[in-house]
Amino acid sequence: MAITKRQAAPLAKQTFEYAPAPEATDHIRIQPRYGLFVGGRMLEPHSKKRFPTINPATEQKLSEVAEADAVDVGRAVAAADKAFTSWSRLAPSLRARYLFRISRLIQERARELAVVETMDGGKPIKESRDVDIPLSAAHFFYYAGWADKLEWAFPNRRLRPVGVAGQVIPWNFPLLMLSWKIAPALAAGNTVVLKPAETTPLSALLFAEICQQAELPPGVVNIITGAGKTGSLLVSHPAVKKVAFTGSTEVGKLIQRTLAGTGKRLSLELGGKAANIVFEDAPLDQAVEGIVNGIYFNQGHVCCAGSRLLVQESIAKPLLEKLKQRLSTLRLGDPLDKNTDIGAINSRAQLEKIQGLVASGVEEGAEIYQPECRIPERGFWFPPTLFTNVSQSYRIAREEIFGPVLSVLTFRTPAEAVEKANNTPYGLSAGVWTDKGSRILWMAERMRAGVVWANTFNRFDPTSPFGGYKESGFGREGGVHGLLPYLELT
Amino acid sequence: MATALSLSHLGSLMRGVRSVDEVGANERAASLAQRSIKKSSKLWALDLAIRCIDLTTLEGSDTPGKVAALCAKAIRPKPGDASIPSVAAICIYPARVADACEHLQGSRVRVASVATAFPSGQSFLSIKVAETKAVVAAGADEVDMVIDRGAFLSGDYQKVYDEIVAVKEACGPAHLKVILETGELGTYDGVRRASILAMAAGADFIKTSTGKVQPAATLPVSLVMMESIRDFMRETGRPVGFKAAGGIRTSKQAIAYLVIAYETLGPDWMTPDRFRLGASTLLNDVLMQIEKERTGAYQSGDYFTID
Repeated sequence: MAITKRQAAPLAKQTFEYAPAPEATDHIRIQPRYGLFVGGRMLEPHSKKRFPTINPATEQKLSEVAEADAVDVGRAVAAADKAFTSWSRLAPSLRARYLFRISRLIQERARELAVVETMDGGKPIKESRDVDIPLSAAHFFYYAGWADKLEWAFPNRRLRPVGVAGQVIPWNFPLLMLSWKIAPALAAGNTVVLKPAETTPLSALLFAEICQQAELPPGVVNIITGAGKTGSLLVSHPAVKKVAFTGSTEVGKLIQRTLAGTGKRLSLELGGKAANIVFEDAPLDQAVEGIVNGIYFNQGHVCCAGSRLLVQESIAKPLLEKLKQRLSTLRLGDPLDKNTDIGAINSRAQLEKIQGLVASGVEEGAEIYQPECRIPERGFWFPPTLFTNVSQSYRIAREEIFGPVLSVLTFRTPAEAVEKANNTPYGLSAGVWTDKGSRILWMAERMRAGVVWANTFNRFDPTSPFGGYKESGFGREGGVHGLLPYLELT
Repeated sequence: MATALSLSHLGSLMRGVRSVDEVGANERAASLAQRSIKKSSKLWALDLAIRCIDLTTLEGSDTPGKVAALCAKAIRPKPGDASIPSVAAICIYPARVADACEHLQGSRVRVASVATAFPSGQSFLSIKVAETKAVVAAGADEVDMVIDRGAFLSGDYQKVYDEIVAVKEACGPAHLKVILETGELGTYDGVRRASILAMAAGADFIKTSTGKVQPAATLPVSLVMMESIRDFMRETGRPVGFKAAGGIRTSKQAIAYLVIAYETLGPDWMTPDRFRLGASTLLNDVLMQIEKERTGAYQSGDYFTID
């Protein structure tokens, strides 16, 4: 049978351009100026001072927030101290009820919180929507469950709450870090004064509204805004019985020095320089995803980021090829776009820090790779970056960059992998990629890191304790362990 | 033409196939499925989806009349709207190939026939080869063969490999799509091994499923197959096409497959020469979505022909 022309049509070069898909912002109501949330009400700051908070993707001002001075801090701590008497004696099941209510309200206002988090901090909406906000709600939900079961958490012990907790949180996961701090504190019967980071105060101020909506008794949660000065006033206030800080190791050390001899309790969750270790038998394509998720998630603004890739030398070449190819598919741009993978760097100061460290890497002789990507004209941006030919002694292999910058090192044997991974002043997290179950356990026993992820990275759950070794801090957040810093056990 | 591999070589090829982490593959596929494809990019993807469809009928009840109707739909999915392209191919049983060729003469739509004792593949090699030759002689441009899952699962990779080589040879100029029937392979490791095996044996396309077994095509399985294609391309320089089939009914699903292909294999796979969607009911949903994008309103199903 003769068949005449059934030829495929000639095709033009095809490109799949994703049209902009921005999350709507018209439902967001950000007030032009905010006060301090003290004793259940928004108060004008005694300082009369305010400072702007901007959208790092556009450099546009979003609002003005108060800068709390010593008097403001004193008022907030006093409100918390006053509330402590009744809150700590409240029937535990009633405390649980408030926490459940807060969890539900976070879920109800999830979209709004996600958009505000992205506008104020620069992180991609898909992360604030799918990670930050759901995990925040989950944290309150989880600790609400513990509130009336504390005596089963620590059997045969007498327990009582510590008192007023002064909590200072960072700008990388504003609402999530707030939840990590406030939920266990309240469940255990403490009251809190919390200071969000100066560049990302808005979600905490929305959380103040949620406390009002939940009809939380006045003073149980107080939120004061300001910069480092305010934070230092808070942690050194004599009525604060417990200090919880998440942030840089530098500031952590400063706080520990300040608190020495005061009898205050302290937990610190500080920096990291995590090793992500890929063995030759690892599932490579998934390892590549894990590496990307480990260091480029939230622009690398993650204390437990897998910023050092330790790859077995025998597979370094194919793995790096795959990784570079994958980097070229990362979409950098408008954080509110649902297809954005890499958002804006949180602040100009952080951008400059990243630029400085990257320059040092080039200077010290590492080979830099950055995929082609269009950088928006306004705002703070840094392309996903990969360094090869890195030695353990380079600054980029030792210092926390807190940006989308990965240093690649190689190893030959499991023992060498352990040695290199542990050869850092930090010890927050680590990742192991191998098909061999026994090797995962062997590695996990030897890693000096608070979390060891196996064949995954940057995975969080409220039931799992999180915290560091060495200069990454002490104390655990999450799980039953997360209650300990907020309880006196006798 | 692939050179035949000896037992020892094939063994080392199979042992060298990398493992797949199931959780990680599922997560990656789920995250790619969340891409938000709107407006112009949606229209572009829907147009491409039509051009990549293998419009399929694989029923015992298929008649010349049913095939004639499907051919008309394949050539002109939306009568009266010239902006809607033809689909890539018609996919039918061997006995209907001659009917389809007659109706598609002069059009760009190709004829694909399943063969090799579809869907089970549980027959004699001589019959599979003879069936392949017969459908090509009857005018099929493309042959969709099934692998012998029984042999694959019993570890007889050589038999699977030799069959594909033999069928590929029997195809002559026709393109060969090798159906892995991933729903019967049990693990992603198995899917990856079967993908590499089929490509090494000379497949022009690898295809997920027959549509007769559940689960049929899934996003993570497709991702694993595409990653295998990518690795095979890197190793050998030979591009292999990908076809998803079974259970793809909505535009949203079709776009998800395109997105995964685009972000895994790149722009070179955004063509019916390298990407296909085997489907029977997908086409009308795509037409409906195109109309919705263009006019802002959904039309009743009665405005789209059911063939």
